[in-house]
Amino acid sequence: MGKYVLSLMERMRRSKNVQVLGLLSPSAVYLLVFFLLPLVIVLLVSLGKRGPMGSVVYDWNLDNYTRFIDPIYFKIFVRSVWIATANTVLCLVFGYPFAYFIARRPKRWRNMLLLLVMVPFWTNFLVRTYAWMIILRDSGLINSLLMLTGIITEPLPLLFNQNAVIIGLFYGYLPFMVLPLYASIEKVDFSLVEAAQDLGANALTAFRRVVLPLTLPGIVAGAIITFIPSLGAYVTPDLLGGAKAMMIGNLLQQQFLEVRDWPFGSAVGFILMVTVLLATMVYFRTGGKTV
Amino acid sequence: MSEKIAVELRHVTKRFGDVVAVNDVSLQIRDGEFFSLLGPSGCGKTSTLRMVAGFEAPTEGDVYIHGQLMGLTPPFQRNTNMVFQAYALFPHMSVAKNVGFGLEMKKVPKKEISRRVEEALELVRLPGFGGRRPDQLSGGQQQRVALARALINRPEVLLLDEPLGSLDLKLRKEMQLELKSLQHRLGLTFVYVTHDQEEALTMSDRIAVMDQGKVLQVDTPTDIYERPSSRFVADFIGETNFLECTVLKWDGDYVELEVPGMAPMQGRSAKELASGDKVTVALRPEKISIQKEQPAAGGNCCQCTVESVVYIGTDTNYVVRLDSGQSVRVREQNIAPSLRVEVDEGAMAFVFWHPESALILPD
Repeated sequence: MGKYVLSLMERMRRSKNVQVLGLLSPSAVYLLVFFLLPLVIVLLVSLGKRGPMGSVVYDWNLDNYTRFIDPIYFKIFVRSVWIATANTVLCLVFGYPFAYFIARRPKRWRNMLLLLVMVPFWTNFLVRTYAWMIILRDSGLINSLLMLTGIITEPLPLLFNQNAVIIGLFYGYLPFMVLPLYASIEKVDFSLVEAAQDLGANALTAFRRVVLPLTLPGIVAGAIITFIPSLGAYVTPDLLGGAKAMMIGNLLQQQFLEVRDWPFGSAVGFILMVTVLLATMVYFRTGGKTV
Repeated sequence: MSEKIAVELRHVTKRFGDVVAVNDVSLQIRDGEFFSLLGPSGCGKTSTLRMVAGFEAPTEGDVYIHGQLMGLTPPFQRNTNMVFQAYALFPHMSVAKNVGFGLEMKKVPKKEISRRVEEALELVRLPGFGGRRPDQLSGGQQQRVALARALINRPEVLLLDEPLGSLDLKLRKEMQLELKSLQHRLGLTFVYVTHDQEEALTMSDRIAVMDQGKVLQVDTPTDIYERPSSRFVADFIGETNFLECTVLKWDGDYVELEVPGMAPMQGRSAKELASGDKVTVALRPEKISIQKEQPAAGGNCCQCTVESVVYIGTDTNYVVRLDSGQSVRVREQNIAPSLRVEVDEGAMAFVFWHPESALILPD
């Protein structure tokens, strides 16, 4: 009997499936406890109602979700999508040439250039956002310079609006776009560009027909890791946006900490997550196509 | 092959920083010619080809294609097409899209592209392969797609950069013959870069041998092989034995040479030679014969010791040592077992050759 159990255990130990399961189990447990479980909790709370003193009453309704369609809240959602999209597009438009430039440098330059891209990360994000306030405010760097040279007499309202938020996000997320783009561009065999030129394509056409399609995976990766955090941005709209540029992240903070309507907050959070999921699916669909 | 010049290089030099890749090269390649640039790695042959294609501009000198000065004309405005060493097929496009790319750039209507793509694929013996992708093809098939992609544009000159390098021996030899027959049928001018001298000898109408940026000799394969103009060319093409000799007497046609370790050698020289001149004689192994007994008089003969005997199927290669200590390589064809020379290693033998085979190299 003992012999049978031992040989069974031996077979299990050797089985590939069991080995794989064994390797995955710590991550699986981690994901279960810290991801899946909280997700389920959030979903359950979102189906409840705010009770007196900010407690949660579980009466199972979808009121919070229907409430979200109210223009006051829906406007915030639309603005968040718009800001995140604008930021992603800006990062792409400026990040791509930058990444291309680095990828075409001689090898010894590239590491140094990439390091320079990372240098801003050595400073705390909050501190860097405050720095933008100092640059953009009425008595800030830009306005002082323009008034000193006499170009303007009244300071420009650069701070506490949507554009300031986009600038702040663009500055913060550009490296996130540049790095995957660089990785993708660097892999392109440039003799393909020469082949295209040999066959009659000028530089622009060669880029459009050869380099761009081959770097699409990099573009998709960069777009995802720029769009998603931008959508849920909190610090940047809080500091640079003022009351006029409230985003979903700020709404969440407001509902959870000020208004203390956890069910509504949870619903907003859940909607944010679903939006992010849909965006990711769209990106993967467009990124997977080939000519 | 006409007398019209398809490609001309006039005193072309190319420098990359301090490195002189191409050094004052002047060439004339005729219309309809299969012209090869042959030389070891780093001799400048690929740089030269790239200047004809337009990927590099000469530091000095000019490139002409059918009489037109190319100057800084970019590759997409030149009527040349290139077959790259690693094929450079577009991985994200089908075979048909790859082959038709050049026509797309010329804004040829879709229907005609379709027709000509199928034609081109048939020309390279890949009919119906249009729908496949490059990563589904073998090396030889990829190479033929690259060829079709270049030929479909009917270029004035086709440039080939060591296209057969990554193919196995048998396929390479097949492709050599196919390329040659294709070139002949289409009447195109081919400029072919290779480091494989056998390849160049097989396919070319003329060969330019290059070393360290300079063109050493431009001739037909026969002349390159039988009448190399320098020690480098004699050594690079095929195998050669070199004998250092001193001129004893020249009668306007034949010359008598003093060679260490053997009786005076008879050679031929059209060039004037004075007594006492030091010359290098190039002697190819296949032009030397070996036998056990002393040969009958006439021709050059020398006693030697056999150092090694290597049988390679078609031939037997011998390495013998002359009395002077010099090693000489001999190649005898294995015509029939009964005719085979049975010399053992360490034994004494006699090597002999015809005076005409002793080639006097200009210093």
